[in-house]
Amino acid sequence: MTEIRFSGFGGQGIIRCALIGGKALSIYGGKFATMNQSFGPEARGSACSSQLIVSDERVLYPYITRPEILVSMSQEAYEKYQAELKDDGILITDEDLVDPKIKRENIKHYSIPATRFAEELGNRIIANLVMMGFFTAITKITTPDTMKKALPGLVPDRFIELNKKAFDKGYEYGQKALDEGKS
Amino acid sequence: MKVKKSKADPKGVLTGAHFLDGDYALAEGALAAGCRFFGGYPITPSTETAERFSARIPTVGGVFIQMEDELGSIASLIGASWGGLKAMTVTSGPGFSLMQENIGLACMMETPLVIANVQRGGPSTGLPTLTGQQDMMQARWGSHGDYRIIALSPDSPQECFNLTIEAFNLSETYRVPVFVMTDECVGHMHEKVVIPPAEEIEVVERKWYTGPKDKYLPYKSDKDGIPFMVKTGDGYRFHTTGLTHDERGYPVIDAQCQKVNVQHLIDKIENNEDKIIQFEEDQTDDAEVVVLSYGITSRVAVKAVQKARKAGIKTGTIRLITVWPFPEKKIEKIAKKAKAIVVPEINAGQVFYEVDRCSRNKCSVVHVPHLGGWVHDPDDIFKAIKEAAK
Repeated sequence: MTEIRFSGFGGQGIIRCALIGGKALSIYGGKFATMNQSFGPEARGSACSSQLIVSDERVLYPYITRPEILVSMSQEAYEKYQAELKDDGILITDEDLVDPKIKRENIKHYSIPATRFAEELGNRIIANLVMMGFFTAITKITTPDTMKKALPGLVPDRFIELNKKAFDKGYEYGQKALDEGKS
Repeated sequence: MKVKKSKADPKGVLTGAHFLDGDYALAEGALAAGCRFFGGYPITPSTETAERFSARIPTVGGVFIQMEDELGSIASLIGASWGGLKAMTVTSGPGFSLMQENIGLACMMETPLVIANVQRGGPSTGLPTLTGQQDMMQARWGSHGDYRIIALSPDSPQECFNLTIEAFNLSETYRVPVFVMTDECVGHMHEKVVIPPAEEIEVVERKWYTGPKDKYLPYKSDKDGIPFMVKTGDGYRFHTTGLTHDERGYPVIDAQCQKVNVQHLIDKIENNEDKIIQFEEDQTDDAEVVVLSYGITSRVAVKAVQKARKAGIKTGTIRLITVWPFPEKKIEKIAKKAKAIVVPEINAGQVFYEVDRCSRNKCSVVHVPHLGGWVHDPDDIFKAIKEAAK
């Protein structure tokens, strides 16, 4: 079982990340997946998070307790959630938006300028897909094709190609980071 | 019971594997069951069901009305149902309270309709965005007077879909309001939901009266105990009322008619309990402790049961799918064999009291309360199992 938290601020597509991951893994990836999201005022601009539990068996307890993977796309979200990351866990951040100032020896940290890459591709709104590509490469949770299969229905049809491009950009960057042993 | 079953109308069935939250799955279950009328007033955490229904209904063909409030919501359902449509609403907490008077009217008029309650923490406005199981007794007793309803409790988005279809089928079979008592956690949780092809979904069709127009009696029981219905506007003249009434639907204000009328409302459910009640049980045969739960709590409870079994405690489980009517005989049977029944639920004690009553003091019954806002810590349930096994 793997517990994952995606976090950032409202509007970055944080909820969408867990929806894409959950749909991909449960429908196309042969796993069980349970996804939850933050509701209330925090979903509208302040720290926002979504949770995804992935398992080979049916998920019983519906919420994450100590995530193995934390994705943070804002400083506030990083500071709020970093302490719950499990020892030996993976921290993934947006390089330009998060200063990982709290040092932990026992975690692996990977970062990507996801928002900058998205802007270079023409629209910062796809930063979350750059992040999902990077996340898929780093965690190897499933294949990139499985992830991309989940996009129809979760992003507008006319933007699917752009979202795939963003995903690929993040995925390649992630693979390079792994090859170079950057952590 | 003469129940006319047919295949679902493919127009409403979104066949395939989807990643849906429980609220959306409620709407999809309703559409698959043939529901073509939704009247409701938005309230967190149930609004997504209304949103989904309103987005889907134009392609399916039917009516969505955002009513002025929850009193009006149930009133609109009663009208739609008597107009011949399968009708549904969804609500939570305060909205459920507002619906109670007209729920009684629906019961008295023997009107098929489905009410989903995505429970949140109460009382009052309480915890709009957080879970609870605090309306279980309100579902059973919320309106005044004596009557019986049916209530189901799904544990996942998949079951929100399945049990909403079941709710419509039961509602049409017994001419009674049926409740889908889910909660915020299941309502907002996304999981895989498989919607089968329409031809694999069985739906119950209402028992329509087809006899001579001047002979229709809206409250004359058929051999199976359930009266026939007609569609308003089809030329049948009839009267219906919330007042105590005879077979013609005319008010008769005396104790004799009251006895017949109200006893009928009770009997049509109680006499069919064996057909209505569904539960799942696991390893109860030689269990020292049986954990009884429903809805989201039943999933959390299994975590505790797994731990208890590892610790060598013979632990069984019962998961109520139907909460009302209550599986009284089953509980009594278990109470005769087990040392204790442990009842975790997200409230200060509701279904627990029913289990306690049905156990007839044959075993101890332990409540594991949670006042809402989150699900139980499985360890709290484990500790109760361990203590009960001593």
